[in-house]
Amino acid sequence: MRAENAGSVVDGNAAAGLLSEVFRGDVTMLVGVCGGCGAEAALGETVVELDEVAAIVRCRSCTHTLLTVLRSGDSVRVVIGALQEIAHR
Amino acid sequence: MTVGGWRPARIAEVADATPSARVLRLTVPGWPGSDAGQHVDVRLTAEDGYQAVRSYSLGSYGAGESIELAVDEIPDGEVSPYLVRDVRPGDELEVKGPLGGYFVWRPGGAGPVQLIAGGSGIVPLMAIVRAATDASASASFRLLYSVRGPENAIYRDELARTVDPGGVAVTWAYTRSAPSGWTERVGRLDDDALRAAVWESDREPVVYVCGPTGFVEHVADALVRLGHAPGRIKTERFGGA
Repeated sequence: MRAENAGSVVDGNAAAGLLSEVFRGDVTMLVGVCGGCGAEAALGETVVELDEVAAIVRCRSCTHTLLTVLRSGDSVRVVIGALQEIAHR
Repeated sequence: MTVGGWRPARIAEVADATPSARVLRLTVPGWPGSDAGQHVDVRLTAEDGYQAVRSYSLGSYGAGESIELAVDEIPDGEVSPYLVRDVRPGDELEVKGPLGGYFVWRPGGAGPVQLIAGGSGIVPLMAIVRAATDASASASFRLLYSVRGPENAIYRDELARTVDPGGVAVTWAYTRSAPSGWTERVGRLDDDALRAAVWESDREPVVYVCGPTGFVEHVADALVRLGHAPGRIKTERFGGA
C-alpha cells in the first residue's frame, strides 16, 4: 500500500496514474536520461515529491528536476525540466 | 499495460487486518485484471465536490472484477482514516488502473526472487506471493517481512499458512516487540539480519523492496553493500518516515 502520499516524498511508481493522463500506457518502465548528471534510470525509480496539485520528478543521482506534473481540475500538464531523453529499453 | 480512465467501484467487503489497517474488497465492473505488484489510484468525492486521490497497492492480482486493497491508517491523513474507519460495504468510490509496470512480477523467470516488506509495504508483495504460489514458483521465493510487532502484520494469518509445503518461505523481523519465545534480535534490519534472510548475492536474485521511504532506502543501501547489483533491486516507496 502506498497510503497517504499527498505532500510526501515517494517514487516514480506513485506518479503512474497522474502521468497516464498525458502519456499513453505505463511510464514507470520508461528509462530516462538526466541532463544534469547523465544518470539513466527507470521512471519508477525517480524521486517524486507529491502533493494535491503537483508531482515533482527528480533524478535520484543528482536531484535535478527531470519534469513536473501539474494537475488543474481534470487536466494534467507536464513541464519538462532536466529530462534529456526518454525511451523504452 | 491497461490504464483507462476512472471506473466506478463498490466496496464489497471490509475486514480488520491490524489495529490500524483494514483489507477492503472492491467490485469494479469492467476491471481488466492486473499483474502482481500493480497499484490503483483511488478517488473520493465529497458532497461538496472536493476530490482526493491516493495510490494504493493491490493485494490481489489476475482476472476478475474483484480487487483487494489493504489500507493502513495515517492518523492525520485525509483519506486513509475514512477507508479504515468509516467505509462500509455498498459505499462507492472510483479507481483508475491497474497502474505501474515497474514493480511487477510475472511468472516465467527461473532465478530466485527475494521479497522484502516494511510494514504495509507487504501489500504488493502479498500479491506476488499469491501469484508465485499459484504458479508453483514459490520454491525460488523468499519473503522477509519487517513489522513493529506481530499485531502490526497485515496478512499475518495467510503468511503463517503459506509456510506449508508449496508456499513461500517467510522470515519475520520485529523492530519494537517480538512474540513470546522469540530468540532473535529485535530492532531495525541490519546487515546481519539481511544476510541471514536474503538469497545470497552470488545467486543473483531479483529483489523487490517495498515500504516507507526510509525503510526502502536503508534496505536498498544495505543490499548494495552486501554485493547485490543495483539493477536487480526493484523498489517502491510510499512516503512516511
